[in-house]
Amino acid sequence: MFDQHMICEKTVTNVAENGAAIGFSFGARLPYYRGLGLSMVEDVAVTLDGEAIPRDAVRLTLRGRTWTLDEMENEHGDRWNFGEIATVTVLRDGGLSAGVHKLELAERMRISYLPFVPTTRCVKTVSLAA
Amino acid sequence: MTDTIKRGVSLYSFQNETFLGKMTVDDCVRTCAEMGATGIEIIGEQTFWGWPEQPVPEDKIADWHALMAKYGTTPVAHDAMLDYKRYKGRVMALDEQVASMKRDIDFAAALGMRFVRSLVSVAPEVLVASAPHAEEKGVTILLEVHAPLHFDHPWIVRHAEAYEKSGSQALGFLPDMGMFLNRFPPVWKERFIRNGAPRHIADYIEKAYEDRTLSEYVVMAVRDMGGEGAAMAMAETLRHNAAYEPKRMLDFMPRIHNVHGKFYEMTEDLVEPSIPYDEIVKVLKQGGYTGYISSEYEGNRWIEDAHPVDSVEQVRRQQTMLAKLIGEPTASTATRAA
Repeated sequence: MFDQHMICEKTVTNVAENGAAIGFSFGARLPYYRGLGLSMVEDVAVTLDGEAIPRDAVRLTLRGRTWTLDEMENEHGDRWNFGEIATVTVLRDGGLSAGVHKLELAERMRISYLPFVPTTRCVKTVSLAA
Repeated sequence: MTDTIKRGVSLYSFQNETFLGKMTVDDCVRTCAEMGATGIEIIGEQTFWGWPEQPVPEDKIADWHALMAKYGTTPVAHDAMLDYKRYKGRVMALDEQVASMKRDIDFAAALGMRFVRSLVSVAPEVLVASAPHAEEKGVTILLEVHAPLHFDHPWIVRHAEAYEKSGSQALGFLPDMGMFLNRFPPVWKERFIRNGAPRHIADYIEKAYEDRTLSEYVVMAVRDMGGEGAAMAMAETLRHNAAYEPKRMLDFMPRIHNVHGKFYEMTEDLVEPSIPYDEIVKVLKQGGYTGYISSEYEGNRWIEDAHPVDSVEQVRRQQTMLAKLIGEPTASTATRAA
């Protein structure tokens, strides 16, 4: 459910530090009807133009707090709320080049009552102005 | 009013609109009140951001009560989730699960809810151990009997036996009407076809479901027909859905205190094509049920890829159907009676 709403495609932007692009970020939602505690979000996998981004290059930010994906799995005091737009940051030298890109997001959730661990995917064509 | 079946809505029904920020909780509750569905059920963590990882602030609880007063609605149930796989690599121990359930009981009580819904996968030991706390708070814990489970499944029988052994009246059941799936839902079929299932295979599965063919045979037949991907996924749904009989609820009536009016589609002529609500309401009346039927619209996820979702219209149609089946006086008959 909500697959097509996982990536907020109009929010894609480069992230700069000391004048240099160190990556890019975009808004993302959890495709689920209730949100989930962060310790149960097992993966937020990003693929850019067919290239899988390493897990340790991904950060998730909610309400001013930022986690690596490994840190998130040990976070028991916060959650990715229902419909809440998180900022997913991908650390990547030079960020995203101007133009059109294919952005893929795969979120894996450990849901207590399900006899499997679902991964939901979303693919969007995004563009960054020069 | 108290001696008849009552109408309510789970705000789960409006998940598409609330997820996208198109409806607020106020909008949802007002919408329910306008339909005469005065019982309100929520999934606590869907409606209250932060819960259960963080406590819900007092002012938010006060806002909730003000909202109920504003629209004349009644808080009915808080659906607890009890994420017993919260910790990576281990399932929560019994005492941790009981502590979690107690927090949900407290939350339900704070919201003025009579009932807290337990997921069907929670063990009877957890519910029985939580029952004294529920009694103290004036809350009843209801195990949601939900497909693929049903009232004759040994897991549910075990719960029923544990309830009787405990002697507690704070333990009950909340049947989800999706377990009485009479026909394969048309919105499911169309979605599997859009996902790539060949129409002739989809037709076969739909017919096999109506023929009550054992799911394992259907899965094998679809494989033999060359089915893969979406076709196999469609066949697999028969493994966790079945047309159990509504009358199976009768043996459990003293413990049934809330009902999930699950539906996938309401047609323009006010029919749920796959769930026999006429039979369901008849059985509930026969059993002397006087609790709520709480609308649970779950068609959104089956159509969202191809059609606009209009949960409000869908719930409105189901509520109109329920009012008729329950036998509520319509405006014209009420006038005649007066």
